[in-house]
Amino acid sequence: MVDTKVTLSGIVLDNPVIPASGTFGFGYEFAEIYDINMLGTFSFKGTTKEPRFGNPTPRIAECPSGMINAVGLQNPGVEKVISEELPKLKKCFNKPVMANVSGFAVDEYVYCCEKLDKEEQVGWLEVNVSCPNVHGGGMSFGVSPEAAAQVTKAVKAVTAKPVYIKLSPNVTDIVSIAKACEEAGADGISMINTMLGMRIDLNKKKPIIANKMGGYSGSAIMPVALRMVYQVYEAVKIPIIGMGGITTAEDVIEMMLAGATAVQVGAANLIEPFACKNIIEDLPRVMEKYKINSLKEIIGGAH
Amino acid sequence: MKQSLFTVLTNECIADKVYKMTLSGDISDITATGQFVNIKLDGFYLRRPISVCEAADGVLTIIYKAVGKGTEYMSSLSEGAVLDVLTGLGNGYTIEPSGDRPLLVGGGVGVPPMYGLAKLLRSKGKEVSVILGFNTKTDVFYEEEFKALGCKVFVTTADGSYGKKGFVTDAVGDVGEYTYFYTCGPEPMLKALYNATATGGQFSFEERMGCGFGACMGCSCKTKYGNKRICKDGPVLTKEEIIW
Repeated sequence: MVDTKVTLSGIVLDNPVIPASGTFGFGYEFAEIYDINMLGTFSFKGTTKEPRFGNPTPRIAECPSGMINAVGLQNPGVEKVISEELPKLKKCFNKPVMANVSGFAVDEYVYCCEKLDKEEQVGWLEVNVSCPNVHGGGMSFGVSPEAAAQVTKAVKAVTAKPVYIKLSPNVTDIVSIAKACEEAGADGISMINTMLGMRIDLNKKKPIIANKMGGYSGSAIMPVALRMVYQVYEAVKIPIIGMGGITTAEDVIEMMLAGATAVQVGAANLIEPFACKNIIEDLPRVMEKYKINSLKEIIGGAH
Repeated sequence: MKQSLFTVLTNECIADKVYKMTLSGDISDITATGQFVNIKLDGFYLRRPISVCEAADGVLTIIYKAVGKGTEYMSSLSEGAVLDVLTGLGNGYTIEPSGDRPLLVGGGVGVPPMYGLAKLLRSKGKEVSVILGFNTKTDVFYEEEFKALGCKVFVTTADGSYGKKGFVTDAVGDVGEYTYFYTCGPEPMLKALYNATATGGQFSFEERMGCGFGACMGCSCKTKYGNKRICKDGPVLTKEEIIW
């Protein structure tokens, strides 16, 4: 029997597979087709202080081995997430969930984290300082070590739950930002968010995405994500949740060898609704193939 | 929603760049006309959402236009090809409000879902009128198929090379009295119909989708009843909820 368990800030996960925020809603669409309790956990749809419709459509463009999205943090706002989404989630998911939070000002992050801190089912807060799709917000906090540290400190002050800061790859030096978050008290790092990308419609000769640019995700970005996780692992002591293009059980192992304690699966859920289920069911076979008895023993094993 | 493998039975060109594909597989999750399927194609990242023309006796019929690399690849598939298909997507049309004389309006590749709907309404004894709108004569398809169901069929072409010259809205006056309408087609056509019709109706919308099953919020729109996802809460919206 292989051991797929990993621990994220004191909470044991049955396996390291976590659907990434924005690709799994609040779980129901997937709970209709498989028992989502098999997941390590999942990160719910990015939540902001105010309700948001997000960007105009088209919001989606296909790319080789990936896709661009510019949804723009559509969500019902933290109050409704707590009053409507979480009670529904409780009925189909009995594990701690990762609450993904975004904001346009430090006090908005604080407001959401303070509210979600009181929710029993929330196991971790994942603070997104890296959304590429909202102007003047989100990512602006993730592009400088000082701003990322400022958000980290502010949310740590209002919550007892572990805080993971979700970082953007669209920066010059992700290592310095990760270190700044660690110094500011972050319990872990989630990385990477999508890479800023673009497609142009040859018929219309204009960008496909109404917002012109969007976040590139999918298997194409995995080597970049893997490299960044590898670099950050050497620089910080806090756990890393690795993501970016993970599609198979082999990808999970590769990302953990680079230094991830757990992984998130994003775009793969959208083209293959059973992606996480398939990966989890395939993990024991792949672990045996590569003579791995325990996943937690391989974290950072490539260093 | 169900994920299953379908086998291509036939794949033939029926109009300029327009293909009709029949596939055998598990159609049990297709519960309403106007739903769509989402097809995985080798070498393409995103699935291709295609409206269901008909689903009966274990055979799924779709009609699509080869307009991009994905649909061009689809057009090259032949008998025996196996495709990974998500079925049972979208809400589909509701036939209860149709009345005795429903009007169905399809534009271009918006015509196919009208066929399954027409067949269903005819089986309920409804007097069905159909307006089929195309750009030009070589685009026209399924006129005879609708006639064979016993529908009253009106065809328009934008350049007047076949049927009545003009848009579908130019034929609405020829239909006579109708009790309700159903439509699918390009958004400018839907908007024109919205203004050219007197009764209630249902509109099927198109949008670039990520997942096709409600997870990614890629195809959201605003309605009078709140934000909706074209793929999950649509693609069919009722006239009274639409905000243009």
